[in-house]
Amino acid sequence: MRWIWIDRIEEFEPRHRALAVKNVSLAEEHLHDHWSAYPVMPTSLMIEGMAQTGGILVGQACDFAHDVVLAKITRADFSDIVVPGDQLTYEAVIENLADEAASIKGTVRKNGQVIGEITMMFSHANNSLAGLELPEGFVFTGSFQRMVEPFLEQSND
Amino acid sequence: MPMSEQEVFEKVQETLVEALGVDDDEVTPEATLTGDLGAESIDFLDIVFRLEKTFDIKIPRGELFPDNILNNPEFVSDGKLTDAGLTQLKERMPHADFSDFEQDPDINKMAELFKVQTIVNYAMGKVNG
Repeated sequence: MRWIWIDRIEEFEPRHRALAVKNVSLAEEHLHDHWSAYPVMPTSLMIEGMAQTGGILVGQACDFAHDVVLAKITRADFSDIVVPGDQLTYEAVIENLADEAASIKGTVRKNGQVIGEITMMFSHANNSLAGLELPEGFVFTGSFQRMVEPFLEQSND
Repeated sequence: MPMSEQEVFEKVQETLVEALGVDDDEVTPEATLTGDLGAESIDFLDIVFRLEKTFDIKIPRGELFPDNILNNPEFVSDGKLTDAGLTQLKERMPHADFSDFEQDPDINKMAELFKVQTIVNYAMGKVNG
């Protein structure tokens, strides 16, 4: 499997806001362990989906010059569970954008209803973070790049 | 708009409760950000963003929490701040209380300068001009 927890970006306003969709499917392997009798989308993976949406938004704000990593989850409150067949949307709005870090406020909706509020912070990874050697440009490749490109081509027209 | 120290303290307290996930009775004036309240480097930036919004002020990078002191060889020697380093730090942080730290300016104890009261003093200065 791939660690991609959003399926498509629906709306993208550079340096401001992004909305992504995630369809929850019974074909997803982990749901059969979480849990076999009653599959439920793990909250941690919804937080990851929001992090991916927000991370693309923050990364694009500096034209992907830096690799953006999730640095802090300040708040994550959920009011309902999510099961196979549900469609999630992750709406990320930039609250602060600085050279070294950014913060977003996120709203999670299940089939159009708000079920979660998340606040998180991102920072820019250097090639060597806490002594680890990181490959250059490891975040915004492949699927994430393809998801956001159409919106950037439009704004260039 | 001028604010009293109590008003400023209450807003700083609320900011730290939200940013650090601590209870409000833990946020006392003498509490240290890293030691008592568990703040890490990303939290310092979160605190700056929130203070800017709460008090409607601009906080230039390095003004509230100075950087570039420890990596300057003129300012650090044998694990302690030199006289030049201490002078520089005092100039950069008029909002901090150096009475304990200057007895033994061990760089490992520098984090103890960053107390809740330090932030209150800084915000008072910015808000009341």
